[in-house]
Amino acid sequence: MKLEDMAQTLRKSSGSRAPVTGTAIAVRKKRSLILDIYSTAVGKKYVMAISGIAMMGFVFFHMIGNLKMYLGAVELNHYAEFLRSLLYPLAPKGSVLWILRGGLVAMLALHLHAAWSLTVLNHQARPVKYQSPRDYEVANFASRTMRYSGMIVLSFLIWHLLDLTFGVVNTVGTDGTYVKGEVYANVVQSLDRWPVSVFYILANLLLGMHLRHGAWSIFQSLGWNNPRFNSWRWTFATGFALVVVIGNISFPIAVLAGIVKV
Amino acid sequence: MKYLTNLKLKVWRQDGPNAVGNFETHIVESVSDEASFLEMLDQLNERLIGENKDAVVFDHDCREGICGTCSLMINGRAHGPQRATTTCQLHMRTFSSGDEIVIEPWRAAAFPIIKDLMVDRASFDRIVESGGFITAPTGGAPDANLIPVPKPVADAAMDSAACIGCGACVAACPNGAANLFTGAKIAHLNVLPQGQAERYKRAEAMVNSMDDQFGSCTNHGECSAACPKEISLDVIALMNADFRKSKSKNRKALSRG
Repeated sequence: MKLEDMAQTLRKSSGSRAPVTGTAIAVRKKRSLILDIYSTAVGKKYVMAISGIAMMGFVFFHMIGNLKMYLGAVELNHYAEFLRSLLYPLAPKGSVLWILRGGLVAMLALHLHAAWSLTVLNHQARPVKYQSPRDYEVANFASRTMRYSGMIVLSFLIWHLLDLTFGVVNTVGTDGTYVKGEVYANVVQSLDRWPVSVFYILANLLLGMHLRHGAWSIFQSLGWNNPRFNSWRWTFATGFALVVVIGNISFPIAVLAGIVKV
Repeated sequence: MKYLTNLKLKVWRQDGPNAVGNFETHIVESVSDEASFLEMLDQLNERLIGENKDAVVFDHDCREGICGTCSLMINGRAHGPQRATTTCQLHMRTFSSGDEIVIEPWRAAAFPIIKDLMVDRASFDRIVESGGFITAPTGGAPDANLIPVPKPVADAAMDSAACIGCGACVAACPNGAANLFTGAKIAHLNVLPQGQAERYKRAEAMVNSMDDQFGSCTNHGECSAACPKEISLDVIALMNADFRKSKSKNRKALSRG
């Protein structure tokens, strides 16, 4: 079988009303499998889903780890030290953590690039919008605002890193300054400022919305469809989003309520 | 039989693909509640022709919901407010006297407007054509039921084959994506034994063709909700899975020389 018979596609319609003729006209450019898949919209959705799963894994374990806050400063700081010395002494201290961080940054970059290029494609697919208001039947607020909730969560993420990883914006705490390694004190000082807590809570609510639609979409995008389990897909998505959001939001509330204090 | 009175229609008028269009308001004084939506437009057109004006151009053919020719975005919904219904099956009893009804054509880059409410859906034909043929034995007529097909599989294929290619999925999709249509056309053959020989070639070619012309899926589900044949979102998942498999399977087939 020749390549022409396999990877056939049709010439881009130039908007002219030429009659539809023939079947295989153009042959797609030969390229590596990954790039070939990523060049299509369906492939980009695969990348969205896979990078989404990676970040869901992060956000879940991030929340679980932070629950140590309720066990006190010693426990939380010990957990932070554990992360830095993952697989030590097999691997040098901090190395595994940096590999994981590198992976997450790469996943975020892929997620953003795929989202950006799909958004551009979607705008091109309907250059003239509907001139009358749409009456959506099932598309909800979450699904229609994914790119906005995503961008707000991204800006929160950057701020969150500056606050508690780099300690750049945490120098205005109620007392004292950012001290590397003193995770518990840093978190409590940061969340003790109510505007910070409010931003934290709002960003997490948006994250939950983003997660719910995303976690459901993963199944569709990856083609994981089984009529026996399909009804559980929304249950999983809602449950996952709820667990992450409730866990995350409990931290600023606990600090503001004085349950968790220095 | 009751009559609806004083309907205010806002109809999109556009002279050609590149012309600037606008809404034109027409009052329909009286129409039977047993009239279909298209019959209501027919009555409007008869009056316009009588007044020596241009009739409103819209697509229609079988008027029994099986040809996929009629379209129309009615009050922001593809095929109007009633579920699982084409515009030709939509009856005026769905509306009330004095209603304002806004009628727009499908809007997508791949569906250029021909005139007024009529759009060119040849992009769908291109997707179907790129799917190519199925290998079928020729010669004498084969015996009936020569190829056994399990009942649930036949049902699933039939559910997908119910797609009439009207384009409501693309029109309703906030992204102008044709995933439901392409998924239905792929699933129709890909679940049947007769469609297995070209299964992955078909999946790859049709997705590529779709990609060249339409937007992408963001899993809103508007397509399925607007579909007059209630095609399930499952066909999109099947398409995505078959496309992924096609990428490796087709390459493997090619490398065999």
